Amino acid sequence: MLTTITNIISTIFIITGLFFVLVGTIGLLRFPDFYTRMHATGKCDTLGEGLMLVGLMVYQGFDLISVKMLFLVIFIFVANPVATHAIARRAYKVGLEAWRLEK
Amino acid sequence: MSRLDSKKFISLYLLLFAFWLLLSGLLDWFHLGFGIISTFIVTSFCYDMVFVSKEGKDNPTKIIRLFKYLPWILYQIVLANIDVAKRVLNPSMPIEPQFIKIDSYLKSDLSKTSFANSITLTPGTITVDIDENNTFLVHAIATAPADDLLGGTMERKVAHVFLEDK
Repeated sequence: MLTTITNIISTIFIITGLFFVLVGTIGLLRFPDFYTRMHATGKCDTLGEGLMLVGLMVYQGFDLISVKMLFLVIFIFVANPVATHAIARRAYKVGLEAWRLEK
Repeated sequence: MSRLDSKKFISLYLLLFAFWLLLSGLLDWFHLGFGIISTFIVTSFCYDMVFVSKEGKDNPTKIIRLFKYLPWILYQIVLANIDVAKRVLNPSMPIEPQFIKIDSYLKSDLSKTSFANSITLTPGTITVDIDENNTFLVHAIATAPADDLLGGTMERKVAHVFLEDK
């Protein structure tokens, strides 16, 4: 009974995470320019991967492996925005034009 | 080459070794030996980069406030992710990209970093640059997230965590 409940919870987390990663990828394909694509990938991925790892942690139960996955979640949440910022900053410094809505 | 600060060196060494033990989980002499050697090498490279605090002593209230801030920012991340998902999946794709500038009153490096990271994590906005006048250049995907950010709620919360309230 308990395993069924943890399985359901972890499945919900993993599917929600997959949904956000999928949305990030669709955004990467649909959005018009570099900066807007950074919005889609840089951040949907953070939440998506985080949720998937949390789902795996629930599935695993509390042991050394789930603690390692917790470290991964924390690392992703700190490193991902830094990487997104670094790439966007470089593009801006190089002088990449941003797409604008034509009015 | 700076003078060897033994207190810093030993505390970083112990911290990294504890981390090694946690990640390896194997307590035989072979793996412990590797841990001792590799931790020593890593510590000797970067002991003077860690625990560099220009802003004086760390205050315990900061840590408590940081833990109050985390649930709020997580909630914001989820909300804003749903917002971006809606924009991506909407066939007419309602985006209106723009650059905005925010003059910040945050002072310390750590609080500015946290603010910039919080901006980037909440989808709809990316911190592109911070100049020496403390102006944050932010790329926003639409007008609504830009207005949210210009409202200043997040900046107030970050300032509150780092005891820099106006």
